[in-house]
Amino acid sequence: MQDLGRLGFSEDQATLLDVATSFCSAKSPISKVRRLIEDETGHDPDIWREIVELGWLGIAIPEEYGGAGLQLAEVVPVMEQMGRYLLAGPFLSATLAAQAILAGATEDQKRTLLPKLAEGQIATLALCEASDDWDLVNIACTAQSTASGTLRLSGEKRLVCDAGSATTLIASVMHEGRPALVLVDRSSLGPKALRRETIIDETRRAWSVTLDGVEVATDAMLDPARAQAALRHIHLSANLLQSAEMCGGTQAVIDYTLDYLKTRVQFGQLIGAYQALKHPTVDAYVGYEQARSHLYSAAHCFGEQGVGEIATRMAKAQADAAMSFAADRAIQFHGGFGFTYDCDAQLYRRRAIWHASQFGDAAYHKAKLADLLL
Amino acid sequence: MTEFDPQDLKAYAEAADAWFKEHVNPDPGFLLPLTFMEVGTDQQFHFLRDWQNKVFEAGYLGAAWPKAYGGGGMHPAFQAEATKAMRRNGSPIFLNAIGLNWTGPLLLDMGTEAQRTKYIKGILSAEDIWCQGFSEPENGSDLGNAQTKAVRAGEHYVVNGSKIWTTLGKYARYMILLARTRTDTSRKYDGLTFFLAPMKIEGVETRPIKKLTGEHGFTQTFFRDAQIPADEIVGVEGGGWKVAMRTLEFERGARGGQAGGYVAVGSNAWDVLELAKKMNRGGKPALEDASVRARMVDFMIEIQSNALCAQRTGFGPLNTDRPTGLALSSKLMNTEFARRINEFAISLTGPSGAYYVGDKNAVDGGWWTRSYLNSFSATIGGGTSQIQRNIVGEHVLGLPKS
Repeated sequence: MQDLGRLGFSEDQATLLDVATSFCSAKSPISKVRRLIEDETGHDPDIWREIVELGWLGIAIPEEYGGAGLQLAEVVPVMEQMGRYLLAGPFLSATLAAQAILAGATEDQKRTLLPKLAEGQIATLALCEASDDWDLVNIACTAQSTASGTLRLSGEKRLVCDAGSATTLIASVMHEGRPALVLVDRSSLGPKALRRETIIDETRRAWSVTLDGVEVATDAMLDPARAQAALRHIHLSANLLQSAEMCGGTQAVIDYTLDYLKTRVQFGQLIGAYQALKHPTVDAYVGYEQARSHLYSAAHCFGEQGVGEIATRMAKAQADAAMSFAADRAIQFHGGFGFTYDCDAQLYRRRAIWHASQFGDAAYHKAKLADLLL
Repeated sequence: MTEFDPQDLKAYAEAADAWFKEHVNPDPGFLLPLTFMEVGTDQQFHFLRDWQNKVFEAGYLGAAWPKAYGGGGMHPAFQAEATKAMRRNGSPIFLNAIGLNWTGPLLLDMGTEAQRTKYIKGILSAEDIWCQGFSEPENGSDLGNAQTKAVRAGEHYVVNGSKIWTTLGKYARYMILLARTRTDTSRKYDGLTFFLAPMKIEGVETRPIKKLTGEHGFTQTFFRDAQIPADEIVGVEGGGWKVAMRTLEFERGARGGQAGGYVAVGSNAWDVLELAKKMNRGGKPALEDASVRARMVDFMIEIQSNALCAQRTGFGPLNTDRPTGLALSSKLMNTEFARRINEFAISLTGPSGAYYVGDKNAVDGGWWTRSYLNSFSATIGGGTSQIQRNIVGEHVLGLPKS
């Protein structure tokens, strides 16, 4: 019988869960979420500074590089509560960028970059391309060594989150026929290199980035020998943190729906008394609890060879199923109001679609699990 | 009892493991039931009763129940280790489920000193088999409407009526019985009283019920002027609904204190995986079929969901928003899973899905089909899945009553 993972919950996770719950609920009421949707930057820089001061950017960065020296497991409760309150900002991008550097950079690069990221300098990953492939090593963008000792980049990256606010982009490219990761200063990109994209989750900001003509120094390339392992680590880390953000969102959309079921009256009774609405809501709730159990198992087992991958893929598969179902039913159960932009159900449904589209949806992870388990 | 030496626990766990390794009989020569609700023959009954007695005598059942009443008087961690050792070594199920999981913890919680002294040890040793008399032919899910009458007459109550789905009814010496002592209360619940009723007395008759599997398992129990001593009440007269609800909390695992061991073993995803390897699809193992693989992975995720949710009940800080949510939804999750995975297993057997227990061509002796049919006892008994959704919706999510 294969080990599929098990639950664990650290003191640090418990503390961070408490703090993050209070912080996110206070800083990100739904009125503010909606205001930021209309905002070009898409997040509140003052809140970002507070998040930096709380030390959350450095949670999973080792102490020697200026972080708290904890694990991604401790980032999970923070990400979960941000998801629950739809708190906008580049936290996920910046955390994943730090993980990319930890897993793929040289010692010098880590010493230079990680302390800055822990202090809130924003970096992000540029991985997606027109190929529409979740396999991160299927890369068309290239880096070519030039006679003058630089690297010349080409190609287009898509769905680069928070590129507008980031100082540094970490782009995946092919170099001498093999995948590599390259640091790109956003300031080195021309004014027309960035195009803000119209995406399904309006609480986020994503950009297309043209790398054509960009030149970077050779030491901007992360350790080529570790590129494959780094991409793999990015893939799993992203899925773990997305699962966290989705679990929080699932809880929120269920609570939002419950409020309506307990106050809306039709045919002389509260609609939550009708089993046609009550029973699927219970199914959504059970799906949420299952997803959350998977989430904290994946967080706990993340660093374990083999089990970490299984638990993480299960967590994402379950989180996708749970959030998609809960938000889909939330729209339906709000009736006519559910069809309007004013009903918050759409915020969560759109977000579930976004997360399913990034780093693999439930079906994708189940196919991977089939190969791992059967 | 709050503190214990970890060395003692370790030694106890190792001894338990060795004991079960030595004593579990992997093949008694006949098919053992998967749950206490499926005991269908005297042969199965006597085998399982002897087994429970043997485990109790060895000190691996009721280890955490008070010594004064026949338990082991140890910290619950010890029983948890013993139960793990049972599972690891493939122990058969423990027969006296109603006693071990419901009546015992209930009496330790709410019973009188005399009741504890009289009943606890017999529950553990399986000398006294217990059954439950809640459901009635006309009142299945609507327990509060129970119509079996108990009328006070001197030192006795005289009972008339009928209870149904009495698991182990043929063998039980005692029944936890919910009966109506008053019909004139404004709330139907206030007329109910909770009895510890003797079964082997005049006026109590059991009649076997043939299940959809073709086997016998339950009985219907008839009371005709049966006399129950007046001191065999748990709580007070008219307070039976509260006691019954407490009992259901023990049943659903929302409240601890059970004797340990387990009363059911399920088909698990790993066994079904083996089945998928040995059955055929187009001349190849069924497991190579894409749709089989997809469903297999779904079941593995789900079985892991259920295992993790059970573990999570032990992590308080992860359950602050809805503290009873996991416990109250576990029956729904686990029983529906069991039904669906057995149904899937039948489909894996291809044309042989047509065979049933008794035919030599049946795959695994017809185990999967019988398990599927029997799985309804858990999705219906103890509150149907539909009632479970009402319970979770109303008690956990706070939705208005249906």
